[in-house]
Amino acid sequence: MTAHQKMDKADERNRLDDMVQGLVGTPMDRPEGPLKVSGQATYAHEWDVPDMLYGVLARATISKGRVTDVASSGLIGKNGVRAVITDDRLLRRPAQGGADEAPAQGAKQVDYFGQPIALVVAETFEQARHGANRLEISYEAEGNAAFDPEAEDTDTDLPEDDQLDQGDLDQAMRDAAFTVDQVYRTPGHNSAAMEPHCAIASWDGDKLTLRGSYQMLNFNINELADALHIVPDNIHMLSPYVGGGFGSKLGISPEAVSAALAAKEVGQPVCVALSRPQVFETTMRRSETRQHVRLACGEDGVLTGIGHECLVSNLPGEGFYEPVTQATHFLYGGKHRKLGIEVARVNRTCGGSVRAPGEAVGMQVLENALDELAEASGIDPVELRKRNVPDRHPEQDIPYSSRRFVEALDEGARRFQWDECNKKPGSLREGDWLIGHGMAGASRVNILSEAKARVTLQADGSALVETDMTDIGTGTYAILTQIAGEMLGLPAAKVETRLGDTDFPRGPGSGGSWGAASTGSAVFLACEEIRGTIAEAMGIEEDELTLADGKAGKGEAARPLADILAGKPLSAIGHIEPGQTLEEMQQATYGSYFAEVAVNAVTGETRVRRMLGVFGAGRILNEKTATSQCYGGMIWGIGSALTEELVFDNRDGHIVNHDLAEYHIPVNLDVPQIEVVLLEERDEYASPIQAKGIGELGICGAAAAVTNAIYNATGIRVRDYPATLDKLLADLPEA
Amino acid sequence: MKPFTYAKANDRADATSQAADDATFIAGGTNLLDLTKLEVMAPDRLVDINRLDLAEISETDEGGLRIGALVSNSDCAAHVRVRQVYPVLSRAILAGASGQLRNKATTGGNLCQRTRCYYFYDTAMPCNKREPGSGCQALQGFNRIHAILGASEACIATYPGDMAVAMTALDAAVEIESAAGEVRLIPVRDFHRLPGDHPEKDNILEAGDLITAVILPPPVTGRQIYRKVRDRASYAFALCSMAAVVEMDGDRIASAALAFGGLAHKPWRDEAVEALLVGEKPSAALFGRAADQLLAEARGYGSNDFKIALTRRVLIAVLTEATQEGAAA
Ligand SMILES: Cc1cc2nc3c(=O)[nH]c(=O)nc-3n(C[C@H](O)[C@H](O)[C@H](O)COP(=O)(O)OP(=O)(O)OC[C@H]3O[C@@H](n4cnc5c(N)ncnc54)[C@H](O)[C@@H]3O)c2cc1C
Ligand code: SF4
Repeated sequence: MTAHQKMDKADERNRLDDMVQGLVGTPMDRPEGPLKVSGQATYAHEWDVPDMLYGVLARATISKGRVTDVASSGLIGKNGVRAVITDDRLLRRPAQGGADEAPAQGAKQVDYFGQPIALVVAETFEQARHGANRLEISYEAEGNAAFDPEAEDTDTDLPEDDQLDQGDLDQAMRDAAFTVDQVYRTPGHNSAAMEPHCAIASWDGDKLTLRGSYQMLNFNINELADALHIVPDNIHMLSPYVGGGFGSKLGISPEAVSAALAAKEVGQPVCVALSRPQVFETTMRRSETRQHVRLACGEDGVLTGIGHECLVSNLPGEGFYEPVTQATHFLYGGKHRKLGIEVARVNRTCGGSVRAPGEAVGMQVLENALDELAEASGIDPVELRKRNVPDRHPEQDIPYSSRRFVEALDEGARRFQWDECNKKPGSLREGDWLIGHGMAGASRVNILSEAKARVTLQADGSALVETDMTDIGTGTYAILTQIAGEMLGLPAAKVETRLGDTDFPRGPGSGGSWGAASTGSAVFLACEEIRGTIAEAMGIEEDELTLADGKAGKGEAARPLADILAGKPLSAIGHIEPGQTLEEMQQATYGSYFAEVAVNAVTGETRVRRMLGVFGAGRILNEKTATSQCYGGMIWGIGSALTEELVFDNRDGHIVNHDLAEYHIPVNLDVPQIEVVLLEERDEYASPIQAKGIGELGICGAAAAVTNAIYNATGIRVRDYPATLDKLLADLPEA
Repeated sequence: MKPFTYAKANDRADATSQAADDATFIAGGTNLLDLTKLEVMAPDRLVDINRLDLAEISETDEGGLRIGALVSNSDCAAHVRVRQVYPVLSRAILAGASGQLRNKATTGGNLCQRTRCYYFYDTAMPCNKREPGSGCQALQGFNRIHAILGASEACIATYPGDMAVAMTALDAAVEIESAAGEVRLIPVRDFHRLPGDHPEKDNILEAGDLITAVILPPPVTGRQIYRKVRDRASYAFALCSMAAVVEMDGDRIASAALAFGGLAHKPWRDEAVEALLVGEKPSAALFGRAADQLLAEARGYGSNDFKIALTRRVLIAVLTEATQEGAAA
């Protein structure tokens, strides 16, 4: 049985609200949580595979050129080293999210410093690492590499799809009562997921089993097959637990392909894990950006024009570029618009998706510019934003699906007591600390993707949910369990969810915040189908059917499901597809942030003292996991605002601070008590469960609330992120 | 990691004789193991000193404290006498690393911890400290965490630790036993070297030398402050840190012992600065002169230029706090 729905029109039935089990939306604990905290959840590196060897990738120590020789013969047979893999199929770069085919292959061509060149395989991990360190690689370097995206002679191109010139922005700027015209910069970021990338490959004849840490198996299997020149049917991928992804595990990456090639060559399973520096050097980075923002408004603060022109970078030939202006297109009105993205081609680690590509850095800067406009126009920043919420998409003239932006702004202001905050920059001081408050808006596009899931109501009345969807720490196990339990009237303990296995029905995986709504809808549809069958057996309509606590029917007449099934399990596949509602409506999620900071008047150190986020993201499937996603996003915002920065050495393009000691993500002491408020919302255009994505929303603009607060505290605008103390020192009060 | 042999030392003589024969001590391992995995350090032989009887804190005849080389950073910071009479030391230690690391890290190992220079950590980069004669990639590179005082063209790295900065201000001494069984005392302030032409040598230890203890002199009077400035609230090395022991006599400064971290290849102490303060009434002008003196020879290398202004501000703020009226002894 397959139940299929294409979102060509709104699903206004809100069926989940008719259910009575009471699971969906509750802050249910993760069912797999106890396994994780007791070390029993098997992550990629932890599989107990007999006869396994270890591989470690050796890195390029030039930035551009060709490998002329890999001196493997000196290594093999000594110190446990069994093989050195230099196969032409080795990956030079990881695959972009959703690529569905192999990324650039052939590691003999070097595109960036740190690129994997060869895999040293040995009996122990330590031996392999020593081998990789000792492996002598000869090169023919090319002198024409480019490292600095902003250098005069660096090649750039303009992606056609991302240039908008509507009306006459220059004229609007000249005619405006108030304007902002500023250049901002954001640095590169690394996902810095807790679990480094790892893959274990084992072959049985032509059949490859790959246990790894990946976000989107449905695509990864094809990428891997294409890279290995085999058919996807010969591959079985398993990623039941993923220790964080944030985009860095969207596509297949060098460890998987090298493990598979090595395992084939040596005839034994091979495990390849990346060290932390390798995670920095060989997985995706978020591009640094230069953003020129122009805003024009009338006396009333209503925008007449928006300019957002950005420079980002990537390797030559790479299709992906940071879509910085994504939310700028629809969030605020203004007739005259000039939005564009230019891509500099540099020999730096591959650029790709890192949590909320586009909005994470685009909103951060746009919301700084709004703050500057609020100041210029003398209009309160919350009010200014409210005045600029358009009725229809300012470029495409289409309506919005549900949009709780204004409510989020109002609710945030009310809870934070925004109106009582000091508005005069640099005028509130407690001892050595300058105190400031700032706010920003949040927005992130919403995406629904095609997904399938199988639900089986077993003869004993318990249910099994199966899909290749992954749980990258986000709470997928919890929410799919909740949806199935809600629909089938089962307590969570009677539902088992199995994930991350390519033998299960396929979905889009975890990425772009679409996982929960997409695969959740597939589970919902499968359950609806099963409900229909049960109703039929009971001789009633599906919408008359009450399922609760393992029983069908109401009150005295309720019968155990197992009785109705009479020994025969019921199974259905749910299949959701995006449709017209994605094109005909602007779908997005919205929110607001409010932050209080203290800036040390002596040293310029900034501490965030409190932070509030209010979000509207459609139906909330699990209050706890959704809130945690928002916490995580806001903590990323604190990192983006204050500490996180990939430093590149422009002499050779290598990443200087490629470990967690010097790439500063926020630690506990950097993070204050964060308050997250989730607004009640149903988006009927988004999905049959009226849910939208929430995994990335919490970062989109969060950093701006912090830097706007720094301005309020000190009167200093930091337009060059992160706002480390050296950028404040010169303008702080005399010591 | 390069294969190595591992042996446990049974007593000091065993330890020092193995070390004289090219073995490397391992104590907590929190620095050495990281560097060994990366092959920044590649010892052939490790000698584990954790069994030695060096984990005690005891009072000296002079009324000071003898902190055994194997006393963990956590134990030292939590010790009652340390907290009562040498609070600057306790605070400096607690400002470093994380709880887990401090539980493993030892007093001797902490003194010997190596620089955090990014290029030192990356074996693909030239680095005179790691590979003498290969060049210094930090000089023209990214040098945010590097030295502004006492650096050389060969190396601009800093000693990154906190504990030794407080010990320098306290006039503590390192007790060292050589392979010949001789015991000598070296002031902490003379323990680390300036890089000069030999940045590969961090400190004055010779092959076979074992740190057995750090001796704190009898309690000092005056106000003790440790101020650490860093890129995040915790778990980051100092961009600039300052340990101060300042005593007032009425409205005048009676004595000042000031040591700085994150600025040089060693904890930095400048007697001229201290001399300039002693006998004077605290004032903004005086502190400004002290900063001028401290930073007279300071030099930035690009990304660390800000440290000069930062250090000036920190010095003035700490001295202001230390000399405020009502300052408790
Ligand atoms: C992530 C991280 C953050 C950190 N942050 C800070 C910080 O903010 N501030 C700070 O001060 N420190 C910090 N540290 C460093 C930490 O304090 C040191 O790693 C620790 O003190 C080293 O002690 P250990 O006993 O583990 O030394 P080991 O790693 O065992 O040894 C270090 C060196 O000392 C030598 N050695 C050890 N004992 C003796 C002895 N008795 N005699 C002679 N030589 C000896 C060893 O041969 C080795 O060369 C941090 C470390 C890490 C990993
Ligand atoms: S500063 Fe010193 S440690 Fe750093 S690269 Fe130069 S020589 Fe090496």
